[in-house]
Amino acid sequence: MKLSLSKVAQGYRLGTLNNLGRKGDRTMEFPGCLLYTRTGSAPHLTHDTLQVISRVPVMTQLTLSSLAEHYEVLEEYKEGIGKFIGMPESMFYCSLHDPVNPCPAGYVTNKSVSVWGVGGRLEMTAAKFMSVQQALQPDWFQCLSDGEALCGEVFSAKRARKSVDRSLAFLDECLKLQEQSEVLRSCVMIGVIEGGDILEERLRSARETAKRPVGGFLLDGFHGDAMTKETRLQLISAVTAELPEDKPRLICGIGQPDEVLECIEAGVDLFESFFPYQVTERGCALSFSFDYQPNPEDTLLQQNGEKEEGEIGDCIDKVTTTKRVPETSFEINLKEKKYRDDFGPVVEGCSCYCSPSTDPCKKAHNPCLLNCTDTVARGLLGT
Amino acid sequence: MAAPRESQSTRSPEPMAAVAASAAGPGTRAPAALALRVVAECGRSKARACELRLPHGTVATPVFMPVGTQGTMKGVTAAQLDSLGCRICLGNTYHLGMRPGPELIQKAGGLHGFMNWNQNLLTDSGGFQMVSLLALSEVTEEGVRFRSPYDGTEILLSPEKSVEIQNALGSDIMMQLDDVVSSTLTGSRVEEAMHRSIRWLDRCISANRRPDQQNLFAIIQGGLDPVLRSKCLEEMTKRDVPGFAIGGLSGGESKEQFWKMVTLSTDQLPREKPRYLMGVGYATDLVVCVALGCDMFDCVFPTRTARFGSALVPTGNLQLKKKQFAKDFQPIDEACTCPTCQRHTRAFLHALLHSNNTAALHHVTTHNIAYQVWGPLGPDFIG
Repeated sequence: MKLSLSKVAQGYRLGTLNNLGRKGDRTMEFPGCLLYTRTGSAPHLTHDTLQVISRVPVMTQLTLSSLAEHYEVLEEYKEGIGKFIGMPESMFYCSLHDPVNPCPAGYVTNKSVSVWGVGGRLEMTAAKFMSVQQALQPDWFQCLSDGEALCGEVFSAKRARKSVDRSLAFLDECLKLQEQSEVLRSCVMIGVIEGGDILEERLRSARETAKRPVGGFLLDGFHGDAMTKETRLQLISAVTAELPEDKPRLICGIGQPDEVLECIEAGVDLFESFFPYQVTERGCALSFSFDYQPNPEDTLLQQNGEKEEGEIGDCIDKVTTTKRVPETSFEINLKEKKYRDDFGPVVEGCSCYCSPSTDPCKKAHNPCLLNCTDTVARGLLGT
Repeated sequence: MAAPRESQSTRSPEPMAAVAASAAGPGTRAPAALALRVVAECGRSKARACELRLPHGTVATPVFMPVGTQGTMKGVTAAQLDSLGCRICLGNTYHLGMRPGPELIQKAGGLHGFMNWNQNLLTDSGGFQMVSLLALSEVTEEGVRFRSPYDGTEILLSPEKSVEIQNALGSDIMMQLDDVVSSTLTGSRVEEAMHRSIRWLDRCISANRRPDQQNLFAIIQGGLDPVLRSKCLEEMTKRDVPGFAIGGLSGGESKEQFWKMVTLSTDQLPREKPRYLMGVGYATDLVVCVALGCDMFDCVFPTRTARFGSALVPTGNLQLKKKQFAKDFQPIDEACTCPTCQRHTRAFLHALLHSNNTAALHHVTTHNIAYQVWGPLGPDFIG
C-alpha cells in the first residue's frame, strides 16, 4: 500500500491510497468512506439496486459482530468473505463492532473481547479472532481492541489506561499470530488508538501503536455523547499529529456530515457510512446542501420553527421515540403530510437511485409506502 | 406440447383492428385497446401461444403475472421487474383505492406514473379482497358494503365505483366487480351470485369511461355447478368485452372439480379473446391449465412465500432458513439465470435470512418472480 498526499493544509489531508487489494492494483481516494453492510450486505439493497448508485465506495465495511458466528461456514467455504457475500470485486475492511448497534459494556477481559451477533455473545480471544479473520480474508481488519474507556457514563482515567494497555497487548499477540499465517500476512492490520478522554493516554496509545508494523490506524472511542465536541476534536488532532503521515487514519462511529468534516480538519482520512442507514430507519431521507453549515442545530430550528410540532404529531411513527424526527438538519421526514402530494424528487438534481432524470422517485410515493411498512421504500431511501 | 412455434412468415399476422372488429361486428365503434393473435396451437391439448397487444406493449402468452400490493412488488422495484422480463403485473385496487386513494394516484399520472412502471398493469375490482379480508362486509344488489380498516368509515363498493377507481388508476386491463362466493358453497347463493355478476358486468361496461384505453374483462362465475357456469358463460359471452376471466375457483375445491370447471369454461369461451384464470399460480397447476386453454395467470404465492425465505425450484421449494442450507454453496437453482442465482449461494442467503437485513427477502423474491415468469411458462414452453 502506498499513500500519496496531494494536499495538506491545517491538519487535513487530501490524497490517494495506491497499490491496494490482493493484486495491488486498486486505489482509494481520501477523505472517503466505506460502504456500510449488515451481515455482508448493504442494508435493504441487492447488487442490482446498489449498482444504480454512481459512486459506490471501493472498500466495503464488514463487521465482525455480524459475521463471526458464520465462522465455520466460511472456513468450509474457503474462498473468503468477498465471494461468499456476492461482492468479489470489492475490497473489505472488517471492523470489530457495528457502529449502529452499541454492544453492552463490561465484556472485555485481559484475554478476550466479546462481540454480539444475532445468536448472542461470542467471546474472541486473540487466537479465535485471528482464525475468524483467516476465514474471512479481508483486505484490512481492525485489530482486537478494548474500546471501553467509560465507567458508566463517565470516562475513568484508570479504565482509559487499561484500555490502552490491553489494546497494545492484543495488538502484539495478533501480530505474532499474523506472522504464522500466510493468508493473514496478505491482510493489513489496522492498529486501534484508545485512551478515552485522557490526553496522556491518547498520546501514549498513538505513539506505541505507531511503533508496531500496522498498515493504518483506527481512532476508537470518539463517538457518542461522553465527550464534548471541543474535547473530541482536540484529542483527535493531538492523536493524528503523532501518527505517521504515510498511513491512513480511520475513525468509527462518526457519520453525520458536519462531524465528518470536523474530523477531516483534525486529520482523519476514512469514515464509516452508517448514517444513511440510520436516517432510513427513522423514515427520513437525506436532503442537504453541500454548503457547510457550522451550526446544524440552529439551522434545524430555523427551518422548522413552531409549525413543526403539529406536523410531527400527525406522523405515524412505528418506533416510539422521544427524539424529534427528523433528527438532524440533514434529513426530511417523508411521513409528514406536506410531502403526501409532493411529486418532486427527493433532492433536485440528485443522481442517486431515487431520482435520476429517467426514473423520478416521487416524495408522495414514499409516505404511502412507509405507512404500509414497505421495505422497498427503505431500500429506495437506503441509497 | 407437440405443435412447433409458428414463425411470422408462415402465418400472416392478423391486424389488431381486424381482430377486434370481427368480434364486434362491422363498423361498430372506437379502436380497441386489446388485440389477440394466436401464434400457435397444440395439436393434442387446448394449449395455445398468443401475442396479446395492450396499450403498454405486447405480452406473450401464456403469461404469469406477478402480484404487487400497495403500489410496489414488495421488495422488488419496477425496474427490476422490467429487467426480469415482466411485461404485465397486477396492481391491487382494494389497497390502492383506499390508500393513497384514486385522486392522489390520478395526480401522479395514474398507477403507471405512481409506480414508474411502463409495462402493462391489470387491476382487480377490489371485491375479492374485501370479502376475504373483512368479516363485516355485506353484499347487496347495490354493491359490497364494508368498513375501511384504515379509518373506519363505511364504504360501498358498487360496480360503478370500482370502475371509477380503476379508470383513475389507468390500468390496461380492469376486472368487473363480481359477486364472489366460496367455491365450496352450494345452493341458491351460488346462483344468485352468478346472476348478479352478469348484471354487475353490464353496469361495469356502462361505467367504463375509457373503453378505448382500458380493457374491461368479464369474470365467469357459477361455482362448481356445470349448469350455472354454462349459463354464466352463455350470457357473458353475449357481452362485448375484450377478454374473460374464469373466477370463483382455486379456493378450496378439489382438484378434480377445479379442472372440470376450467375446461368447461374454456370450451365455451371464444378463441380470439384471452382467458385469464384467476388465482392460479402453483407450477403444476399452470402447466395443466395452459393445456386446458388458459392464457393468463396470477398468484400471490411466489412473492408471499419468498418473504418467509422460501425459494421456488423445479422440485418444489427450499426453506432457506433451515439448518441444512447453512453450508450449501450452490445457488438456489443451477439452471436459473436470475440476478440472485448468478451471484449468491444458498449458504449466504441462509445467513442473511437470519439477520435483520431485509435484503435477503429481496433476493428470494427476485428469484421467485423470475422463476415464475420464466420457468413453467418460459420461452421454450411451446417447443
